[in-house]
Amino acid sequence: MSILTYRQALNRTLGQELARDEQVVLMGEEIGLFQGSYRITEGLLDQFGPRRVVDTPIAEEGFVGVAIGAAMLGMRPVVEIMTINFMLVAIDQVVNHASKIHYMFGGQARVPMVIRTPSGGTGQLAATHSQSFENWFAYCPGLKVVAPANPYDARGLLRAAIRDDDPVIFIESLALYDTKGEVPDDDYVIPIGKAEVKRHGRDVTVISYSRMTAVALQVAQQLDAEGISVEVVDLRSLRPLDRPTIIESVKRTNHAVVIAEDWYSYGVTAEIAATIQEEAFDYLDAPVKRVAGLEVPLPYAKDLSAAAKPSAHSLVHAIRSILK
Amino acid sequence: MELPPDLLHQAHYWMRLTRALDDRGTFLHKQSKIVGGYFSQIGHEAISVGAALALGPDDVAAPMHRDLGAYLVRGITPQRILAQYLGRVDGVSHGRDGNIHGMGDLNYGIVGFISHLPASLPVMVGMAHAFVLKGEARVAMGFYGDGGSSQGLSHEALNWAATFRLPVVFICENNQYAYSTPVVRQMYVDNIADRALGYGMPGAVVDGNDLSAVYHVTRTAVERARNGEGPTLIECKTMRMRGHAIHDNMAYVPPTLLEEWAQRDPILRLEAHMQERGLLDDAALSDLLARIEAELDAAQAFAEQSPYPDPTTLTDGVYA
Ligand SMILES: Cc1ncc(C[n+]2csc(CCOP(=O)(O)OP(=O)(O)O)c2C)c(N)n1
Ligand SMILES: [Mg+2]
Repeated sequence: MSILTYRQALNRTLGQELARDEQVVLMGEEIGLFQGSYRITEGLLDQFGPRRVVDTPIAEEGFVGVAIGAAMLGMRPVVEIMTINFMLVAIDQVVNHASKIHYMFGGQARVPMVIRTPSGGTGQLAATHSQSFENWFAYCPGLKVVAPANPYDARGLLRAAIRDDDPVIFIESLALYDTKGEVPDDDYVIPIGKAEVKRHGRDVTVISYSRMTAVALQVAQQLDAEGISVEVVDLRSLRPLDRPTIIESVKRTNHAVVIAEDWYSYGVTAEIAATIQEEAFDYLDAPVKRVAGLEVPLPYAKDLSAAAKPSAHSLVHAIRSILK
Repeated sequence: MELPPDLLHQAHYWMRLTRALDDRGTFLHKQSKIVGGYFSQIGHEAISVGAALALGPDDVAAPMHRDLGAYLVRGITPQRILAQYLGRVDGVSHGRDGNIHGMGDLNYGIVGFISHLPASLPVMVGMAHAFVLKGEARVAMGFYGDGGSSQGLSHEALNWAATFRLPVVFICENNQYAYSTPVVRQMYVDNIADRALGYGMPGAVVDGNDLSAVYHVTRTAVERARNGEGPTLIECKTMRMRGHAIHDNMAYVPPTLLEEWAQRDPILRLEAHMQERGLLDDAALSDLLARIEAELDAAQAFAEQSPYPDPTTLTDGVYA
């Protein structure tokens, strides 16, 4: 067992997978010489050389397409996109190509590729640097989407993603990179498509993923002192979605609050809320409550930015409102 | 090609103002008054100022993160720029966007830039297309970097402009690096301007640290565009003299390269040229620098007194 940051967990896992499987190659802007815009690939160019750790020109759609071609021949490219905002430049290759190749081309070719990218808004980076688009990819059959909330999950899910035979979108968070946690040293894998109850509680289920799980756990602890017992279901995978774990939890607590960083309408919270009403309607003591981003391009100025983002404060407010 | 004295004096003022404002921003960032990213443009003054001076009052330009000089030349004041950096209501984007992002003001023919490279190029082509459809003799100028030149979008924009013979001037700032990646690892050609042949437009390589050369070549391209002779691609060779953004210590750049380029500093070169022609002496230079510092002190005071935007206005303007 080691105590690692989320960043270290990713970094070591990438190193181990490069060492374990010759087919694994890393591609992305600034991942080699610069060791990653957020230092996730630190030391890997030195250790594995430029054939395995490839600095790319600024051409996201191009190099995602390149990764697809290499993956179809059995390579296992792990692509870093600087932030999810730049995924929009590559989305055609991901959605129209990677996700469809196995199904549409008669199962001849697989696309065992991973795209790692941080999502969400932190630190006054304003509208074009703070968006959450994991729901766009979770919408698309043929893709898998995972979003770990702590170093342990980051490591286990990254291994699973790299070893998976389908394209996996691996969602990270700038705000989580420096968070620490216990990580076993053995070669464990966390199955894609499995949620986890991160904290057990009786009164209300909070459903979340990635950074919002950290927020939910903090809120759960805070409300515990007031005698409110919060259960936290961490989705870990957005596609496939582990509906049974959500439903079982809500059947026990009879209350559900869903929190995500993306915009309110058509976001992840809508999918979860719909799932709960379809499968646990009779168990609910109150309507499902959603906490999500205000529908505005995220502004730069501090107060404006804070007012637009979901927070611990808004989660507490939502929980109280349905427990009344 | 000797430029007339008044033009040199203008350019000199704008280049000095640009550098001083850039330094002021760095200072405010060190004081933690500017939060988030901060991009220095030191070394790019001749390009942004020279190219912007070549435009007419009704023309439009989409400068990027190292084109502070172009914003100033077009009329966006240091007051508004510093208020922008500080996230205040009097900033160009009224606190909506940060640092030099989103600093557009169409009253001055400036299209603000978003992060995504090179997103404004096709938009400038679209403006040029509209000028032609409306029968207006106006010119659009799009800036992009060596890094941005690898994006498919840059090729789409240049191809369109050439195909429709549109009044666009493309300024490609080749500053040797995109982040830490040197040009040789981004492309296999020596000159980005050589690609112009493939689009069907003239291409020119210019010493981007020579104000007169930048102005002259850009001015010629602007005139061609205005006369209906189509677009031009101008590649300005220069060097990014600071890190990509303020947090980057650019350990990956060989110090000798920076020393070499420091010898070619665009401002010092212009000043030497002006001194040779008897247009500048030490006294006049120190006067100018003092005047600029005073101007920036006043601008900073204005910006620091400007209020933060009112949170109740948060959703104003999402839709027209
Ligand atoms: C589509 C896209 N991908 C990645 C980035 C992140 N990024 C911001 S600036 C930059 C380097 C830009 O290099 P260049 O175009 O040469 O301009 P310079 O910064 O050197 O002036 C990168 C990769 C971006 N802004 N847009
Ligand atoms: Mg560059």
